[in-house]
Amino acid sequence: MKLASSLLTRRQLGVAAAASALVLSLGTVPALAATPPDTLVVAFAFDDMITLDPGEAFEISTGEFIGNTYSQLVRYDVADPSKLYGDLAKSWKVSEDGKSYTFELKPNLKFASGNPLSAEDVVWSLQRAVLMDKGPAFILTQFGFTKDNVKNKIKATGPLTVTIETDKAYAPTFVLNCLTANVAAVLDKKLVLSKEVNGDMGSAWMKTNYAGSGAMKLREWRPNEVLVLERNDNFYADKSKPARVIYRHIKESATQRLLLEKGDADIARNLTPQDLDAVVKTQGIKTTATPKGTVYYISLNQKNPILAKPEVREALKWLVDYSAIGDTIIKNIGVIHQNFMPVGLLGASTVNPYKLDVDKAKALLKKAGYPNGFKVTIDMRTVQPVQGITEAFQQTAKRAGIDVEIIPGDGKQVLTKYRARTHDMYIGQWGADYWDPNTNTDFVRNADNADNAKVKSLAWRNAWDAPALYMQADAAVLERDPARRKALYDKMQAEFRATSPFIMLYQQTEVAAYRSNVSGFRIGSTSDSTYVYRAAKR
Amino acid sequence: MKFSRALARFALAIALTYLGLLAVTFFIGRVIPVDPVLAVVGDHAPEHVVERVREEMGLNKPLLEQFGIYVSKVLRGDFGMSVLTSNPVLDDIKRTFPATFELATLGILIGAGFGVPLGVWAAVRRGGVADQVVRVMGLVGYSVPIFWLGLMALVLFYAKLDWVAGPGRIDVTYEYMFTPSTGILLLDTAMQGQWEAFRNVFSHLILPASLLGYFSLAYISRMTRSFMLNELSQEYVVAARAKGISEARIIWRHALRNALVPLVTVITLSYAGLLEGSVLTETVFAWPGLGLYITNSLQNADMNAVLGGTIVVGSVFIGLNLLSDLLYRTLDPRTRAR
Repeated sequence: MKLASSLLTRRQLGVAAAASALVLSLGTVPALAATPPDTLVVAFAFDDMITLDPGEAFEISTGEFIGNTYSQLVRYDVADPSKLYGDLAKSWKVSEDGKSYTFELKPNLKFASGNPLSAEDVVWSLQRAVLMDKGPAFILTQFGFTKDNVKNKIKATGPLTVTIETDKAYAPTFVLNCLTANVAAVLDKKLVLSKEVNGDMGSAWMKTNYAGSGAMKLREWRPNEVLVLERNDNFYADKSKPARVIYRHIKESATQRLLLEKGDADIARNLTPQDLDAVVKTQGIKTTATPKGTVYYISLNQKNPILAKPEVREALKWLVDYSAIGDTIIKNIGVIHQNFMPVGLLGASTVNPYKLDVDKAKALLKKAGYPNGFKVTIDMRTVQPVQGITEAFQQTAKRAGIDVEIIPGDGKQVLTKYRARTHDMYIGQWGADYWDPNTNTDFVRNADNADNAKVKSLAWRNAWDAPALYMQADAAVLERDPARRKALYDKMQAEFRATSPFIMLYQQTEVAAYRSNVSGFRIGSTSDSTYVYRAAKR
Repeated sequence: MKFSRALARFALAIALTYLGLLAVTFFIGRVIPVDPVLAVVGDHAPEHVVERVREEMGLNKPLLEQFGIYVSKVLRGDFGMSVLTSNPVLDDIKRTFPATFELATLGILIGAGFGVPLGVWAAVRRGGVADQVVRVMGLVGYSVPIFWLGLMALVLFYAKLDWVAGPGRIDVTYEYMFTPSTGILLLDTAMQGQWEAFRNVFSHLILPASLLGYFSLAYISRMTRSFMLNELSQEYVVAARAKGISEARIIWRHALRNALVPLVTVITLSYAGLLEGSVLTETVFAWPGLGLYITNSLQNADMNAVLGGTIVVGSVFIGLNLLSDLLYRTLDPRTRAR
């Protein structure tokens, strides 16, 4: 019995074959140019973007968005971050007593909406950030601005003149550096107030909308899907090279790589070291790397009596195989760095005294009363390279008799535990909030070590009480002479290296891969200084 | 009278199901060791901002009160705001569910469309080539990780062969050629006559849909084979053959018709499984669907979004269960009400 033909009549077989062929042919598309020449397509994981309002945004991806679409009074030069230039400001001066800053704005500036940009917009934007008092507001309020006094402290003293009064005579570089932060971005007051609801200063509308004056403007944001920026023709300086920049949210590194290789993406931002290694060998693809202001560390909770012993703290610092980690696990994506200040900031030290020395560690442990080691746990996020580093550390620590139990967890879950001080050891990272050495003093500041303290810095999270270092940090912020300020940070870092409960590991390097027909693309040292509008396609 | 009572009982059962679903999800969400405020303010925010936002989000109220507030809002159609997207959860679902729906529907059409005939063939030619193929496909379908297969498929069909378009739902060039109305891009482009865009959408859809279809196919073909074998061993088949009815008619008109009764349940449940969003496929193919949305929200303890997604998934299951019941009654006269 011929089952094939009895199973399906010839006619049915024919229909089935025709249907399949039609379906398959629908799937093939003619080879079109992968991406239009005036559009830059960036494959980027930006699921951390939750709001577009500079007054409340504090996420890395949003930082990049704001850096490309808004303006500030001053910005720093990406080639040399120690140099500041006026973005909206034509000039500025600091008073004799060091507490008053006056900015003259450039004339005839406009927002993307076409509304004129004046001192009133600058002042209103800064006041708004202080009044809303969201996550990043502290960058401004640390200069003594409160809801009650900000309208007197930040004023428009002329149509193009802005005056800012601080409560103390801070180092001028400190104040100006903070004004380059995203929270100090200038909003179109007229536009935002027209969308105000219930006196919210436009906060509800600004979460998903745009009111800036930068080189690019917002076209569309679909969360976790796509972000489209367009050239702002009202921009007062060099116009954006691409007419459009499209960020596509692609979480998976391998997928980003495929898109880049095929030409469906011009730049891929989140490739893993393995994918980077492979892609570099491909014809027509280049990479660019920049050290970021993010440092990785392992911290020791001082609430644990064993970890509180100074000899134990030091011993653990000698139990990390820094060179092996630097050569393998973080190859291309980081550089071993044993200080809390990232390289690139004024006063950052590059002294790295520690290396793997099991004997030295054992001697220190014996002195502390633990000749046979001890048991301890470490909380770790299950992502690379953090996971690889933790496992390597577990192995080297074992050689001195220390039994490290790894407690893996999801990102926010581990962070919640850390912030509640219920960990033994924790491996994490900290990024600079603004490009000034004071930003990472979070590692040393701890005014109140109580459980319900008002300030929960990194030092607090590890119950580390070091009043001397804290006072040094306060003094450094008021030191107006740059050379003396640098010397203060040098001293702080030396003491930190010796006594702190932080095993500093490495400074992050951000790498991007891009097709060779793209030029002018460069990653900034902070998230808001990666200017996509300067990249051009041939 | 009897009908309205049955309807009332049915409505009550549905309401209790939803309530139970919401309660379990809500309390699990509040109990997991993730601070929902973290996702809103970030790790660097000062403590007083953290406390203020915690108060604003109502997280200091007793759990039961929080749940009560949530349920009363839902009954008014307010699913709350998503912390992670700054959009109302309802808007987010209107954006992400159609993407999953499109993918899952094409997936199940492929899975059932090829799986059923394959299973029939394997049953009829028991021990033959088709049977072995079904076995191996089933084994691969259960053992191979879907994200690996997805990446391999992308490398082969997209990168090397250029047969299909890449990850994502549509190419940049076609994006603004039409206005999305239903969110089901195949329908939207067809309704607006944008055929080039239609072809592009299909090209993006075919690979992930085939992947999902393949995994459904593995299961559906095995079940079809099993049910068909059961039917083909029944006495009525012997009787039909004795009467001289053609083999094809026996297989397709009689045996399959009976096998469809349990098979329909299998297919609708597979469909429901696809509709809740397959996170791994969505990650590999950058498909902005419900699976990624719920997973991302869960990892950040964005409970409004998780609960909204749970309601959608729950509704899908309840709806498809109903459908399968109805189909059951249609296909099997013995189950119809007296």
